[in-house]
Amino acid sequence: MTVKMKTHITSRTQGVSNKIVDENKENIVKISVKDFNFYYEKSQALKNINLKIKENTVVGIIGPSGCGKSTFLRCFNRMNDMISGIKYEGAICIDGKNIFDKELDIVDLRRNIGMVFQKSNPFPKTIFENVAYGLRINGIRNKEYISEKVSRSLRNAALWDEVKDRLNQSAFSLSGGQQQRLCIARALAVEPEVLLLDEPASALDPIATAKVEELIHELKKKYTIIIVTHNMQQAARVSDYTAFFMMGELVEHDLTSKIFTKPSKKITEDYITGRFG
Amino acid sequence: MKRHFDEDLKKMNTDILKMAAMSEESIYKAVEALKNRDKDLARAVIDSDYKIDELELVIEEEAISLLALNQPMAVDLRFITTGMKINSELERIADLSENIAQCVLQLADKPLLKPLVNIPKLAEISRKMVRDAIDSFVNLDEELAKKVIFSDSEADKLRNSIYNKLIYDYMLKDGSTAPRAVPLLLIARHLERICDHAGYIATNVIYMIKAKVVKHHLERLRK
Repeated sequence: MTVKMKTHITSRTQGVSNKIVDENKENIVKISVKDFNFYYEKSQALKNINLKIKENTVVGIIGPSGCGKSTFLRCFNRMNDMISGIKYEGAICIDGKNIFDKELDIVDLRRNIGMVFQKSNPFPKTIFENVAYGLRINGIRNKEYISEKVSRSLRNAALWDEVKDRLNQSAFSLSGGQQQRLCIARALAVEPEVLLLDEPASALDPIATAKVEELIHELKKKYTIIIVTHNMQQAARVSDYTAFFMMGELVEHDLTSKIFTKPSKKITEDYITGRFG
Repeated sequence: MKRHFDEDLKKMNTDILKMAAMSEESIYKAVEALKNRDKDLARAVIDSDYKIDELELVIEEEAISLLALNQPMAVDLRFITTGMKINSELERIADLSENIAQCVLQLADKPLLKPLVNIPKLAEISRKMVRDAIDSFVNLDEELAKKVIFSDSEADKLRNSIYNKLIYDYMLKDGSTAPRAVPLLLIARHLERICDHAGYIATNVIYMIKAKVVKHHLERLRK
């Protein structure tokens, strides 16, 4: 595995104040993607991506299959590092710090960036232990603290009322939608600042999907959220900003209300109106 | 289940009510300007119309966003589409009030042709119809919406009687009264059109509540 970075970008982003303010809109930029390229061996999956993500917003990433949206999402917590033959160029800065910096502790990075996957993946443990797991592996032993954190995370994931009387039951006793919210609670327990959601509702029924979408709306008050979805309507419902990817390129990134009513580019319009893809 | 979408619907609803209050006020002021021959008030109606135009565009944008981003269904869909139509009707009502104010300016420096009796009556009917149409929208009151639709014939009769009086008692007997009679005729026409728009609002409200199309089929209401 090679992790290659353009040094001039790294030096430009290091030593800058942790919070970068977008001068145009006076909102705090949480994540800044600069001249970012990504390769699987010789095949380039992402091409010169530049994107700023504001704090406490939801960014929806849409695009046809194979456009690079999931690859892009997995870059934020360096999940792609586990694949051999990959290569990065450019920078992704979170609070001004490049996540590809050699001095960065990848465990710290992943603690700060929670991730929820398409298929809910609870551990074969109780509901309580699933949420407590992240705290325990971080060395926390104080039972009262863990208990308080578990209940708060379950409340934040809008699951508490449904499970408060059965915390010691297996996580597998929950429905699919509840399991997915449990995974969100598990991600929240270690207090991340950014949440990555990879098709979090694609395996859920409409009611469970609506609950997860409402949850995302609540969670953005505390977290910055990036969601990949092939369901365009879902991106429209939950995200504040939408990024449209096509063949590894970021075609258009704008307010969701603008992308879905008056996109700037014809190719975006063709995609969201179902004329191709 | 709580839906954040409801907050957006509520915002659109609030803006429509604000638009209704502004349109109703413009009718009231235009007719007061006529009764008191108050040119300043007439000009104020004309000058403030842009605010209603701006709010119309805001509501239109809200509705388009709600449709594009939330894929509303059933009652939500009917609320948004009805809201868009009501929005346009209210804007037209405000434009008609502005037209009345223009007529007031034409009449202001001339002696009144006759004491105003039926025009203030028609003005009161039009304001009440607009108010009731909006109340039926707010309270989802089908009976009140029907009442609005049926009271339109009263407005038509009053307009006809104003027309007849002005044409047969004044204009045909003495052509020189035309410059003072025509603006009054137009005012009666504008007021009656306001009543029509209130009726259109009410038919849309019935569609929103019952998913029943009564527009162009008023006989269905009598069944």
